[in-house]
Amino acid sequence: MKTNACYHCGLNATDAPIIFDNKAFCCNGCKTVYEIFSENDLTCYYDLQQAPGATPKEIQGKYDFLADDAIIEKLTEFNDGKHQIATLTIPHIHCSSCIWILENLNKLNANITASQVNFGKKTVRITYKTEAFSLKEAVLLLSKIGYEPYISLEDFNTGKNKVNRSLIYKLGVAGFAFGNVMFLSFPEYFEVNEFWLEQYKPVFRWLMFTFSLPVVFYAAQDYFVSAYKGLKAKLLNIDIPIALGILVLFLRSTAEIILDLGTGFFDSLTGLVFFLLLGKYFQQRTYNFLSFERDYKSYFPIAVTKILNGIETPIQVYDIKKGDRLLIRNEELIPVDGILINGNANIDYSFVTGESEAVKKSSGDKLFAGGKQTSGSIEMEALNAVEQSYLTQLWSNDVFNKNKEDGFTTLTNTISKRFTIAVLSIAFLATIYWLFVDSSKALNVFTSVLIIACPCAIALSAPFTLGNLLRIFGKLKFYLKNASVIEQLAKIDTIIFDKTGTITSNQKSKTAYQGETLTEDETTILSSTLRHSNHPLSRSLYNLLQQNNIITLNHFEEHLGEGIYGESNNQSVKIGSAKYVGQPQPETELSTAVHISSNNIYKGKFTFYNAYRKGISKLFNKLKKDYDLAILSGDNASELNNLKKLLPSKTKLIFNQKPNDKLEYIKHHQNNGAQVLMVGDGLNDAGALAQSNVGIAISENINVFSPACDAILDASKFNQLYNYIKASKGAIKIIKWSFVFSFFYNAIGLYFAITGQLMPVIAAILMPLSSISIVVFTTIATNILGRKLK
Amino acid sequence: MSVIYVLLTISVIIAIVFFVGFIKAVKSGQYDDDYTPSVRMLFEDELVKTKPNKTINKTKV
Repeated sequence: MKTNACYHCGLNATDAPIIFDNKAFCCNGCKTVYEIFSENDLTCYYDLQQAPGATPKEIQGKYDFLADDAIIEKLTEFNDGKHQIATLTIPHIHCSSCIWILENLNKLNANITASQVNFGKKTVRITYKTEAFSLKEAVLLLSKIGYEPYISLEDFNTGKNKVNRSLIYKLGVAGFAFGNVMFLSFPEYFEVNEFWLEQYKPVFRWLMFTFSLPVVFYAAQDYFVSAYKGLKAKLLNIDIPIALGILVLFLRSTAEIILDLGTGFFDSLTGLVFFLLLGKYFQQRTYNFLSFERDYKSYFPIAVTKILNGIETPIQVYDIKKGDRLLIRNEELIPVDGILINGNANIDYSFVTGESEAVKKSSGDKLFAGGKQTSGSIEMEALNAVEQSYLTQLWSNDVFNKNKEDGFTTLTNTISKRFTIAVLSIAFLATIYWLFVDSSKALNVFTSVLIIACPCAIALSAPFTLGNLLRIFGKLKFYLKNASVIEQLAKIDTIIFDKTGTITSNQKSKTAYQGETLTEDETTILSSTLRHSNHPLSRSLYNLLQQNNIITLNHFEEHLGEGIYGESNNQSVKIGSAKYVGQPQPETELSTAVHISSNNIYKGKFTFYNAYRKGISKLFNKLKKDYDLAILSGDNASELNNLKKLLPSKTKLIFNQKPNDKLEYIKHHQNNGAQVLMVGDGLNDAGALAQSNVGIAISENINVFSPACDAILDASKFNQLYNYIKASKGAIKIIKWSFVFSFFYNAIGLYFAITGQLMPVIAAILMPLSSISIVVFTTIATNILGRKLK
Repeated sequence: MSVIYVLLTISVIIAIVFFVGFIKAVKSGQYDDDYTPSVRMLFEDELVKTKPNKTINKTKV
């Protein structure tokens, strides 16, 4: 155990650690959580995983709205007056320790009767007695131990939604029927003219027929629906030959057993549907804990404090009316546009703009919804209702209502168009031929062709290839919304990046110092002063200086919006704007700078630069060969020269772009035939991400909320982007190869079908064989592809 | 050979019993979360470990 890491959360606890129980803690919060756990015999928490915890945050008053009955009603899924059940999303859930502690909540409070974690969804379902406990207390308890739930507007309407399990049911039905029909069809395959078999043949056959009924009419219904939709939209999608195959299989088999001509193809029929559904299931499973459909609702709080005649009452965000006076506490989000009445507004608009620096506002200024207050409480007056705010209006843009997949023809559907036409022509030609040669066989041949040509293997190629690659990407921290994103990614020819937060990193800023060199004493007093300030710039400068020698200040002053002042042993330091340290304001200062003066003598300034992500030059140089590159930034052009040095010369650099400008820029390129990949991060990119063919959101912490997009890429893997796109192209190649294999199987099958020799046993062998070999081929090939990625 | 009817009935009934069991399992949500139970299963040991400690403490008191 390292002594300098906090025992609870693993953060650095070197500066003035709190020692308790022979363990170091970084802060009182972490120590308190440890105390709670050790008092309740729950220290096992630390055995399962080292330093698994999170520091509890200040939450006083934040959850007062949970006392409101109407809100409780919306958030709980069960409420009989004595017991309530609520499912809460907890972003911090990340390891087995988390599961363990959250499922032992009853040891912390006896009123909690049960708690169950869903790790994939990062939720905990709590059952508690309402007599001596409430939802608010449950939330406070969770927050106290570092598991603060995330309650947003999104939970409001979806609190009681049902999980759709129909695919598993259908898979179950098809698998059940497939197994049974296989057993029942075996005897006839092997003993053709056996006495007893002849006797009981009808029983076996009608049993198989019965088993296949739910398969055709329930399990396979999606294929019929999709085929019908395809025909209506005049699109020959892959489901048309599949639906046709299933229908013909069923009708011909039924006709055969009624007329006592043969045993029918019930085993092939049920097997086909089973394999197809398996492919669907494989492709559909994705990441539950990530949401790709977020709009402002998932960012916004459920309730806000309203002040009426000096009395504070929590009200639901949807109930805010124009003219309401609202209290926004520290770290709370502003839910509506409004005017600042009083308080120190220091608004962090990073949700909206991606800019990490907080903006100062004074009373009378307009505040936009989506900003987060970062210094104390403020009072504001609402100007609109929630839906009419500037930020929320962005979501009324048409791009957010458009389903991207609709306009995209997948590779499978492109092939299936030709395939369907080819199969139908072969079927008709063969039928016409047999009509002249031996008309008794014509119908047999016609149905045989449709049965054997049923593109099971083709339909399975894409789901298994893309589904497997989706999983491989997931392990490498590249999370895709669904499998078709891979196909779209392979088609990209233009890549557009956002600047702040996307190609620059949010956490580490770089500084450069210009001016007289500071003496050691001066540096010491500088960092000691900075340590007292909560301003984001002070904090990042303090971290960058990495001075461990901290002295006690005799005097400290903070002048809001100007700077800070520190004094110790007849030495003083002023840190802040140029004006504050007595220096004329430079005419054009594009970048952020902090000026320093010591004993009222000007020393110099620290200029902040955006730190670009590692490997960015390399990535751009790789990308430039195949793609058009551009950078769209909401910022001013202060970084222009830096970017020009870093990036290949043909990269377009465009500054001062508003969210809507970005969207229009992408639209313009798309109208010129470009396939655009947008890489962004903040809500300000939301429109651009939605408009682009593929929108990738970069996230430093994937548990934190990212805007609606097609894929989420962990920031640490940003330099791998090129390889991921290359792998997507590889996947398309694999699919094409498996198409070749399927055609080969189809050719063999068609030989039997056209010559009129298709026996049920041949179909029963050929169909599963082709399906299984395609599954094996695609899985092995994608795994090889995935291995190259590391 | 009419015993085959009995055998078939039995086999179909058994198959249906398992099928109903599957449907019930899905309905109760067992297939919704396929990761947490695999972790939860391993916790039983951890809980047992803490319990003896407790009883020792109690006997001391």
